[in-house]
Amino acid sequence: MKSVFSKVRNTALESTLGRRLWGSVAAIPLMSWLIGALGAFILENLVGYSLALLVGLPGIPAIFGLSHLGALIGALLKGVSGYAEVISSLMLFLGTLVYDLVIYIIPTYILARLSVPLVEKFLSLIPARFYTLLHLAVFYGALHLWSYQDDYRLLVVRFIGIAIMLTVSLNLVNGYMGEFSCAHGGFMAVGAYVSSVIMVWGFVQDDVFGPPVLPPALAPIAFPIVLIIGGLASSLTALAVAIPSFRTRGDYLAIITLAFTFIVKSAIENMEVIGGPRGFMNQPKLAGLPWVFIWTVLCLVVIYNYVNSTYGKATCAVRDNETAAEVMTVDTRRIKVIAFLTSAFWAGVAGGLFAHVVGYINPATFGIMKSAEVLAMLYLGGLNSITGSIVGAVLFQLLSEILRPLKLVKWVVIPILLITVMIFRPMGLMGFREIRPQFLRPKKEVKYAPASD
Amino acid sequence: MPLLQIRNLTHFFGGLRAVYNFRTEIEPGELRGLIGPNGAGKTTIFNLVTGIYKPTKGEIIFNGTNLVGLRPNQITALGIGRTFQNLRLWRYLTALDHVKIAFHSKIHYGLTGAFFRTKRCQEEEEEIEEKARELLRMMGIEQYADYVVTGLPYGIQRKVEMARALATEPKLLLLDEPTAGMSPAEMMETMEIIEKIRDELGLAIWLIEHRMKLVMTLCETIQVLDFGEIIAEGPPEEIKSNPRVIKAYLGEEVTV
Repeated sequence: MKSVFSKVRNTALESTLGRRLWGSVAAIPLMSWLIGALGAFILENLVGYSLALLVGLPGIPAIFGLSHLGALIGALLKGVSGYAEVISSLMLFLGTLVYDLVIYIIPTYILARLSVPLVEKFLSLIPARFYTLLHLAVFYGALHLWSYQDDYRLLVVRFIGIAIMLTVSLNLVNGYMGEFSCAHGGFMAVGAYVSSVIMVWGFVQDDVFGPPVLPPALAPIAFPIVLIIGGLASSLTALAVAIPSFRTRGDYLAIITLAFTFIVKSAIENMEVIGGPRGFMNQPKLAGLPWVFIWTVLCLVVIYNYVNSTYGKATCAVRDNETAAEVMTVDTRRIKVIAFLTSAFWAGVAGGLFAHVVGYINPATFGIMKSAEVLAMLYLGGLNSITGSIVGAVLFQLLSEILRPLKLVKWVVIPILLITVMIFRPMGLMGFREIRPQFLRPKKEVKYAPASD
Repeated sequence: MPLLQIRNLTHFFGGLRAVYNFRTEIEPGELRGLIGPNGAGKTTIFNLVTGIYKPTKGEIIFNGTNLVGLRPNQITALGIGRTFQNLRLWRYLTALDHVKIAFHSKIHYGLTGAFFRTKRCQEEEEEIEEKARELLRMMGIEQYADYVVTGLPYGIQRKVEMARALATEPKLLLLDEPTAGMSPAEMMETMEIIEKIRDELGLAIWLIEHRMKLVMTLCETIQVLDFGEIIAEGPPEEIKSNPRVIKAYLGEEVTV
């Protein structure tokens, strides 16, 4: 009797404590968190390396030491035979915990707390329409400081940006429009190859295309335009898919897009001019962090605006009941083609960025596995949610990095995690919900009535 | 000149004759009823008029335009709004969104506007939202504007659908069993709303309904359909006593 009572009181205490902690965290504006992170990354710049050596790490942990966690899991899976490995990876993991706490978590929290009054005063002086831009600028500053510490970080961050673009654009078709497309690998390939060929032909001395046609100094200026051309090329192929497949509903689009991905792959494999199955290289590595960041933000803004416009709502209406949408003056055919082409455009741009991050592409990269990866990120994050897509893409990419030491076992663990998510949250982590910073919130939030029956 | 004129409308589903030689004329501001036993072809006629089905034969002329062969969105944009017998709401959207989407054909900002949320787009969106809220207010469901429709009470959902149909700014409103599944109190309320719509907005209304009380009180002219054919037509009193109508609804007395 007594124990039950104390247990009840305990949880009550816990919940108030938790609530108070959460309250103190939630009261800090986003800007303060960003400034806190900025400060922490400056600190890492100054003393990170020495501290890492102090706690027994070989160097600054690449991505918060997540790979050490993966190595630990890997060692544990090996069981008794690898106990020495377990101990060494456990030491490394504990070292990174200390490192993360001292370098990132504590300084960020302290700085965020301290900067609250300053930030509030500062923001009150600035017109609200600049808030988004300001937050993005500080966020980029922090990201830049963190990423440029380490080449590996830089690469992973850019891959995450590309993954976000792919996931958000696929969400437009699979989430908002409610069709099932698995063509993103194919669209990415089209964008990647078109932009690569233009860049190499135009600005690089190459064995196949010969001397550059245009002065190479122009390459950085031409790069965004070439990316757009790549995206448009991808949209054009999307039109070819859309025309026959949007006459009917159901599984047809899934089948046609699946076929499309295979067609694109084998078409590229059979084009000797662009390297065939060996791949295509010599792209100038122009897609640095600033470009990837700008394109990712642009993609997010455009798709966010679109889905919140009446066109975007009409896309959702087509998903929920096409006949009703059509009777309510929505030109369903046009709306579907717009959503599909927009989605393909951004996949193409993402492909172009990918090619100019890596500097080498081959058709195998963009096969059905790529489409499956994007689908996994999408369904992990949740349909019909921009925040969900970001969460899904970032989590999936980080997960891939954590589990990299597991090698092949990674492809057992990731699907199991995905299935677990599907069981406990069938809509994905953030399906049909958005989290927005205060200044982006609409006047009236969407509400759900309790089910009446 | 009548607002809507239908002549020789015939429709077959394969070998099944759903509608045969249907004709009607609806004047502006008229309230006309369409009744008949289950499966008589009433909803089929609405689906033919709104372009969901293409008629096998016949012509449908609305305001001087032949509707046959037009797509549903074009027909609605010309000025025919409708509700559905079994609600066809969009389950993940809010009541306000429902009404806003129905303004779709009247949006002037293009895709660039939608992608970059230009000034023009913002202004137009606000304008549409204001109009949409006005319609919800008229239906008396403004407080539900930001609720996702799934989970709202059935009566409210019906009203959302009617507000949505009105948002298409129709000259003629087709109501397919607007009181199906409603309690008597809700039915009385709906009747008031229908009369209000007609009087305030000056619409012509064409009504399918099973509840005789509603049809007999509201409609000026009633057509009775059985097996896709018109079996009676006239003012409510006449219809009530028409032997063919009674036979269609109740069957014949058989003497043994």
